[in-house]
Amino acid sequence: MQRIGVFVCWCGSNIAGTVDVKKVAETLGHEPGVVFSTDYQYMCSQSGQDLVKDSIRTYNLTGVVICSCSPRMHENTFRKAAASVGLNPYMVEIANIREQVSWIHKDMETATEKAIILGRAAIAKVHLNAPLIAGETPVTKRALVIGGGIAGIQTALDIAEAGFEVDIVEKSPTIGGKMAQIDKTFPTLDCAACILTPKMVEASQQENINIYAFSEVDEVKGFVGNFTVKIRRKARYVKEELCTGCGLCTEKCPQKKVPDEFNLGLSNRRAIYIPFAQAVPKVATIDPNYCTMLKTGKCGVCSKVCGVKAIDYTQKDEIVERKYGAIVVATGFEPIKVDKFEEFAYAQSPDVVTSLEYERLMNAAGPTGGTLLRPSDKTHPHTIVFVQCVGSRCDEKSEKGKPYCSKVCCMYTAKHAMLTREKYPDTEVYVFYIDVRTPGKNFDEFYRRAVEHYGVHYVKGMVGKVTPENGKLKVQASDLLDNRQLHIDADMVVLAAAIEPDKSARPLATMLTASMDTNDFFTEAHPKLRPVESPTAGVFLSGMCQGPKDIPETVSQASACAAKVIGLLVKDKLVGNPCVAHSDEMMCNGCSQCQNVCPYGAITYTEKEFRMPDRTTAVRRVAQVNPAVCQGCGACTVTCPSGAMDLFGFSNNQIMAEVDAICK
Amino acid sequence: MQDRMIARAKELLADGTVDRVMGWKKGEFLYDATPAVFYSAEELDAGFVMNAFTAANVSKYLIKETKKEGKILAFLKPCDSFSFRQLMNEHRVDRDKVYIVGIPSWGKADMEKIRQKGITGITSIEEREGDFVVNTILRETHVIKKYDVYLEKCKNCKSKEIVVYDELLDGENGAAVTNSRFDEVAKLEAMTPDERFAFWQNELSRCIRCNACRNVCPACTCEKCVFDNPKSGLENKAAATSFEENMFHIIRAFHVAGRCTDCGECSRVCPQHIPLHLLNRKFIKDMNELYGDFQAGEAEQQRHPVTSYRTDDAEPGVIYTRGGTGK
Repeated sequence: MQRIGVFVCWCGSNIAGTVDVKKVAETLGHEPGVVFSTDYQYMCSQSGQDLVKDSIRTYNLTGVVICSCSPRMHENTFRKAAASVGLNPYMVEIANIREQVSWIHKDMETATEKAIILGRAAIAKVHLNAPLIAGETPVTKRALVIGGGIAGIQTALDIAEAGFEVDIVEKSPTIGGKMAQIDKTFPTLDCAACILTPKMVEASQQENINIYAFSEVDEVKGFVGNFTVKIRRKARYVKEELCTGCGLCTEKCPQKKVPDEFNLGLSNRRAIYIPFAQAVPKVATIDPNYCTMLKTGKCGVCSKVCGVKAIDYTQKDEIVERKYGAIVVATGFEPIKVDKFEEFAYAQSPDVVTSLEYERLMNAAGPTGGTLLRPSDKTHPHTIVFVQCVGSRCDEKSEKGKPYCSKVCCMYTAKHAMLTREKYPDTEVYVFYIDVRTPGKNFDEFYRRAVEHYGVHYVKGMVGKVTPENGKLKVQASDLLDNRQLHIDADMVVLAAAIEPDKSARPLATMLTASMDTNDFFTEAHPKLRPVESPTAGVFLSGMCQGPKDIPETVSQASACAAKVIGLLVKDKLVGNPCVAHSDEMMCNGCSQCQNVCPYGAITYTEKEFRMPDRTTAVRRVAQVNPAVCQGCGACTVTCPSGAMDLFGFSNNQIMAEVDAICK
Repeated sequence: MQDRMIARAKELLADGTVDRVMGWKKGEFLYDATPAVFYSAEELDAGFVMNAFTAANVSKYLIKETKKEGKILAFLKPCDSFSFRQLMNEHRVDRDKVYIVGIPSWGKADMEKIRQKGITGITSIEEREGDFVVNTILRETHVIKKYDVYLEKCKNCKSKEIVVYDELLDGENGAAVTNSRFDEVAKLEAMTPDERFAFWQNELSRCIRCNACRNVCPACTCEKCVFDNPKSGLENKAAATSFEENMFHIIRAFHVAGRCTDCGECSRVCPQHIPLHLLNRKFIKDMNELYGDFQAGEAEQQRHPVTSYRTDDAEPGVIYTRGGTGK
């Protein structure tokens, strides 16, 4: 029989306001096996922990039940407290009477009853608990960064500078990401390329960094400290190690009609291309969808002009398998497709552009060489209407847009408006907004400068309809402050499209078993206290993949993420989780169902000799669990038809005992 | 067909391909043929039988048989072959130790239903087109429509295809057949929860826990069944209350979900005539509707719908809504 101590926490008024904690402690004190029961204002405080420790010593407790907040919050705190006085940490159980009781119930009587029931279930479980001892696993001292935008680059640089190897996997032919496409950065208006490209070069020259550009993650196996990742190096049809990036092939290629992704289709590139002048690695890539040689077998111009014989039309995708201790997700974002917002006529007129397209139209390296020309007739626009919140802050049920604020649009629109007025003072600029949100260092000053100094017309209200007519865009909008309808004949309309996580994020999350929210942003281990870690151990989050952010925020988060990764990689060994599966070989049927469902590849089968009850020897096929690989998810235990698979710390019997206690 | 089977078995015994034969043995009465192993030509002549009553699924016996030395000849009907293929998926049988001769099956007769027609003392039964011709000890000859006396599993046969074999007795294979095996399930789904509960209470209250359904089931092949295992916490649930009694069948249905090939043996052997196959078919129907058509044992399968998790799986909410409305 266990000697159990029950500790009921008030959590200030968080629990005690809705649950009669005295009654809970009193009632649970009468449960079989409970030798001590008490309540305390803040059990997680030092004096609360001391109360637990002293009681373990005084009453010789063999098991502890803490009725408090979610085990996600403080299970570890109390396990450590128990361990410090010699009680096995896995003899501590938490009954969650905050998130599952006080926060969701209003009536004191029923809440108290439920708290007692949950406490009773925890006591029933502790009766069946056994001390568990965690094993140790080594740490592979290398990190993988998925995504080579500013977030990925910064994280990789910081980790590399701490002395650890880092691989960057980037799906496009060059690192740089979205920041490389941006013209100027708010609120300082320095040129994005001028501050980004030195970092790209630094990443390529840092000897601890290995860049796999034009590559994607195919498969992730393993667990914190010991991931094995298959990286698909997509065929460039150019030998990366030979290509000098001279660009001769990209000038001679006869296929000139390929929409240039880097300029968002506003200009054309060749079938063999280098995305932009400062690309890293500066290596040409053949686009197999357009290359005449690859499609018809006739051409071969690039191969003829290449001085270093780098062209290889027979190149195939190559799979590289690498081991990592930590994985950083830095998959970034995409602006949403705005075609579905038919009212803005994006699909009907080339002069309706997205803000990112506007960046390219303003950029010296862009399709117009930095002169602002409207795409339809290459003339200077004289009236430009900016529309804010296109697809941001939509109704939850909206099928077109997103419920969240994209956070960066207010500032970049102010930037666009200001730069336009600065360069072309004869241009009238209107900005239609719902709210202007400018929290951030020097942000509001920046926005006010646009209004007060540059004379940008900020109008509170949304644009109702844009109609292309006689080379103009008829903009119909409402001015909510003046309560009147506006009709503006614009030359260009710029849509501040909402941002959404990159499309590659969702399948990647599945591979990593990392959780996402309903908008496909990765979720943090704790929204406030562990913002750069994913709930999946060993997976870290950097940049926009976790939520909308501007560049300064992205860079600080990227460095924070690197600090967490370094903190993991400096460890030689990680203490494992002893709550792993194990199979009762005498009962195992060898049916392989557990092996088939195991997401970690922790289960193998072996043929083993057994003495049977009738004294014969039989060779049977039985399951074995590798405890270092098992993460204790329990998928195998529910799949096993004979109950041969069981989980330490969460055995079938313990769970049944909890259910029985609840149903009593 | 019996003569051809015996002749082929003798050949395979003689040329050393196999050293024993899995088939059906004559019982005291014509209709109680039971699965048996024959070791010689003499034994085959003396006892091997194949008729309208050899309905038993022999695949489960091959688990033990393939653990022994030597190779065994097994005659598998289409439904038996699905069970055998499923057992292969679960590594429960050693395919290399069985020589499989696939035999067609055009439906087996239910003795109870024949009796209900007032026919007793059967001395022989023959198949003829859509009829069974039955001769009795009283020298009567009855011609009865096959469909009227089919076993439930044959009435709603899902397939005439033999999915695993070394040779086919007839040289050609059958194919899946259209059936209405989910009609009864649909009727149950149309009931209100109270009606359905009453239906199953009534049916399951007859259970005497003889375990025949479990013992015959080719999916119930655990080394130690949870109901026999004191450690499982289920062992004593057997006779505690009538509610827990009923749980036996529900737990069993859960355990075979995704692995049940719908061979119908559970209902065939139930001495209390509980339509146990309806529980399994409900699971199969649900899986088909929620995750796409799936037939256990049809081919090499690693995961069945219940143990595979995909991002495009039906949301639990969908299942709840369906369960809530009974549709």
